[in-house]
Amino acid sequence: MKHPFLHALLRLPRHSGVLAVSGSLLLLALPIVAMWGGQAWVRILDFAILYVFLALGLNIVVGFAGLLDLGYIAFYAVGAYTYALLASPHLGLHLPFWVILPCGAMLACLFGVLLGAPTLRLRGDYLAIVTLGFGEIIRIFLNNLNAPLNITNGAQGINLIDPIAIGAFKLSGRTDIWVYSLNGPQKYYYLLLLLCTGVVVINFRLQHSRIGRAWQAIREDEIAARAVGINTRNMKLLAFAMGASFGGVAGGVYSAMQGFISPESFALNESIMVLAMVVLGGMGHIPGVILGAVLLAVLPEALRFGVVPVQQVLFGKVLVDPESLRMLIFGLALVLVMRFRPAGLWPSPERQRELAEAKS
Amino acid sequence: MLEVTGLRVAYGGIQAVKSITFHVREGERVALIGANGAGKTSTLKAIARVLDAAGGDVHCAGQDITCLPPHEVLGSGIALVPEGRGVFPRLNVLGNLLMGAYIRNDKAAIAADLEQVYGHFPRLKEREKQLAGTLSGGEQQMLAIGRALMGRPRLLLLDEPSMGLAPLMVQKIFEVIRTVASQGITILLVEQNARLALEVSQRAYVMESGRIIHTGPAHELLVDPRVRAAYLGE
Repeated sequence: MKHPFLHALLRLPRHSGVLAVSGSLLLLALPIVAMWGGQAWVRILDFAILYVFLALGLNIVVGFAGLLDLGYIAFYAVGAYTYALLASPHLGLHLPFWVILPCGAMLACLFGVLLGAPTLRLRGDYLAIVTLGFGEIIRIFLNNLNAPLNITNGAQGINLIDPIAIGAFKLSGRTDIWVYSLNGPQKYYYLLLLLCTGVVVINFRLQHSRIGRAWQAIREDEIAARAVGINTRNMKLLAFAMGASFGGVAGGVYSAMQGFISPESFALNESIMVLAMVVLGGMGHIPGVILGAVLLAVLPEALRFGVVPVQQVLFGKVLVDPESLRMLIFGLALVLVMRFRPAGLWPSPERQRELAEAKS
Repeated sequence: MLEVTGLRVAYGGIQAVKSITFHVREGERVALIGANGAGKTSTLKAIARVLDAAGGDVHCAGQDITCLPPHEVLGSGIALVPEGRGVFPRLNVLGNLLMGAYIRNDKAAIAADLEQVYGHFPRLKEREKQLAGTLSGGEQQMLAIGRALMGRPRLLLLDEPSMGLAPLMVQKIFEVIRTVASQGITILLVEQNARLALEVSQRAYVMESGRIIHTGPAHELLVDPRVRAAYLGE
């Protein structure tokens, strides 16, 4: 006999409305609940959603079209720097966000096509190497574009970036709403949640569209895709462009939220982190990618807070520096997941079946 | 229907196809036979524009398709069943077949064509939900042909449909090729198995190191002593 609650959960269609409502309420209440643990936790939530956003963008390129991109963070950097340059004292420009975010998305999109066009004939590891190089080129440019003309302010980065604001309402600082006072990270959380919902919807719509099917065909067999009449060149460029635009928007919000950016934030390990989220969660499967992004964004931070108290309880003192232990546990967790769930934590039903069929 | 003039294909410096000229008439079944490396597959790929020709031109139903981008070739009525099947391994059978109709948006006609393909290959109907990568070689070949038919071609290019298949399966595949041809689809067939190819087609061209060295009605080539000696193992 099944537990009644489990039973209710399993019969999704009838209760999906209830689930959706309670899920949204939970998401809306989350930053207020997290505030009890301190503002740091709200910021962790912000980054979790930002990474979901990024991972879903990369999922279009890697998961849907099957193009292994190791330089994805470059588009994030383009978006972030676009925002920083157009809304900070550095160039003396202070454009509103609704002008800059689309600009950032467009510019990132352009860079996406710039990367896509020369790599059309490449696949797999070769493509990975070129995209990796591309990501590094962008970072090195940002690092060195401070002379002879100071554009990016080099390694020092850009400071005092304007927060996102609508009229007098700023997303940074406190705002009193009725009896509750919302702080900056909490307001950014709601903005990110809104944007992210949009990206999730776009991802779902894309997956089952004609475009999504074309990407699927290209991922499976490019020659066969051409033989059934798919314009593989345009479709691959479209994947790069769309993925890049999402990265650009995410970068813009990141810039505004942090108020400070430097090339350091856009290093290779960030690209790899986002890719790990996609792969660990379940490549091409939207709920899986979301899960992967949330886990990989929250887990290292949770370990940061957990490692010290646990050691004190066990040994009476801190034996291992939390920073190094954190990455060790994190790495181990990645290896274990890939060992026991090779298709990711939450793979698509088709992928699951494929693994099952391959085993039998 | 198909008019190939002076077609050349080169891989780097090596000429795989050295200026060949041939034609296929509307509703005909024509075979291109020859040994390994004779340039048969390259010819077919160049016609389907999966490969760039080094020279010459290809006309299909009066239209010059020599410079057509590959994804528009199917729209001009030519479907290629690639060598080694080339199905989408992680899509199921139905998904593969529907992908064949990618360029069409006439839902009712697509559904009708799907039924027709299932009529040709009842086995595919049974395996509708199975992933293509887990099908047997013969089933994959059926699927590749089925998928090509879903594009409603007027000319079907078949590249080595018998390759690596059990004899019984080969019989089945060639039966379907006959049926398809009887419905008015023109067939250009590339085969190493010359006897099989000659039995199913009306005319044939014999290729050797990138050139066409013989041509004639299939039943004559079947009894031609030179062809028998070189390609029929007698």
